[in-house]
Amino acid sequence: MEHTPPPFFKRGPAPLVRLTFFALLSLALIVIDARFRYAEGLRSALSIATQPLQAVATAPAAVAERISTYFAGQSRLREENAELRAKLLEASQTAQRFEAAAAEAARLRRLIGAAERLPGTVTPAEILYTGRDPFSRKIIVDKGTRNGVRAGSPVLDEWGVVGQVTRVHALFSEVTLLTDKDQAIPVQVVRNGLRAVAFGAGTSGLLELRFLAANAEIVNGDRIVTSGIDGTYPPGVAVATVARVERDTATTFARVFCQPAAAVERGRYVLVLGPEATHPAKPREAAPERELDKRPAQTRRPRRKGPDGAG
Amino acid sequence: MAPDKPQHILLPVRVSTIVASFAVALLLNFLPWRSIALAPDFVALTLAFWCIRQPRLVGLGIGWLLGLLTDVGNGVLLGQHALSYSLLAFGAITLSRRILWFALWGQALHVAALLLVAQAVGTAVRLAAGAEFPGWTLAVGPLAGAALWPVVSAVLLAPQRRPIDVDETRPI
Repeated sequence: MEHTPPPFFKRGPAPLVRLTFFALLSLALIVIDARFRYAEGLRSALSIATQPLQAVATAPAAVAERISTYFAGQSRLREENAELRAKLLEASQTAQRFEAAAAEAARLRRLIGAAERLPGTVTPAEILYTGRDPFSRKIIVDKGTRNGVRAGSPVLDEWGVVGQVTRVHALFSEVTLLTDKDQAIPVQVVRNGLRAVAFGAGTSGLLELRFLAANAEIVNGDRIVTSGIDGTYPPGVAVATVARVERDTATTFARVFCQPAAAVERGRYVLVLGPEATHPAKPREAAPERELDKRPAQTRRPRRKGPDGAG
Repeated sequence: MAPDKPQHILLPVRVSTIVASFAVALLLNFLPWRSIALAPDFVALTLAFWCIRQPRLVGLGIGWLLGLLTDVGNGVLLGQHALSYSLLAFGAITLSRRILWFALWGQALHVAALLLVAQAVGTAVRLAAGAEFPGWTLAVGPLAGAALWPVVSAVLLAPQRRPIDVDETRPI
């Protein structure tokens, strides 16, 4: 007769078995999330549980901020007011010039028959806090899908590009900064129109222009703007200034480091561009053209066969 | 709980205490810390505490779930904290009988080792996934957490402590 232990000794599988199970489960999740991006559904389901906690956790900071601004000194407010008024004057002048230039550009574009670009929607947003991940450079802003923010939208501040929205929740969204190692942005040198791709250089807070030939025409102090050829960022927005160029004959590419133009890791307010601005009229797909191409190809075949048959 | 010191007889733990402590720990983790690498991981600390004190109630499954919630809340690679927290829970359960023989600072040293290993596993996962090493400040968080161990154990054991009322006629 077999003796089984009484039920109060049963404690389920051994800890090592459990560890193996849970470790394998976690590794499977990691691979699914990192390689295939299939875990977004699970992520959004679990975020229903975490979002109230996050809202509660960030509330005291918001209240403290409100109280501290309420008690801000009169003199500081006055100073700030004067400063802002001066800035406004300057900005209105620039805006007038910009309007004239925009009107002129629109006229010219109409002349050459190019599609007019739609004015995009702009959503101002406040930075709530920096991302809770020491391995990447992200910020959380207080506008989400309810305010019309979509994943992929470019994020700017008053000086230039800050980054790109990479994940959107209902009330807030995650912005990956330009200085993140995996963030890339297509750019152009203002001086000579040289195109390049800028990547974040990680912890240094700089950008790196990769894949530029060792003899590329680029010098310190060159201003770099978005080229707009990716259809995500509007063209001509300031990105960075070249800070250091390393040319080594041993390597194929020059190492170019740039200082970001925007207050990428310091600012408080940002602008999220809407989808209209980010998607100018795309060229038509090549599919219908291929269909048209088939006919001459088909008509050519018998012609080729004709001489073969004759010869 | 050094053997030469008088030991308190604790009341049995209530499940609601454990759940509430985890909720508060998650809340503390979700506070807008200026630098997340320097902040102690309260969820890991609470998990280690309950795995050491109540290894039959709190274990790897709960650690794994908490890890998933942390991953989602922090917006990091899904499964990173799940893996490190299940390893942490395993280590804490395996060492629980040993750790409870030490005084509070001895326990804190053990917990520091556990938290550092958990952090190292998370770091290894991220580096394997292609992230950049952000520097040795990563070790500050676990050490700060271990330094908080006496406070955490005093707070979390408080609901289980019997009120000390002097009663000459009671046998215990």
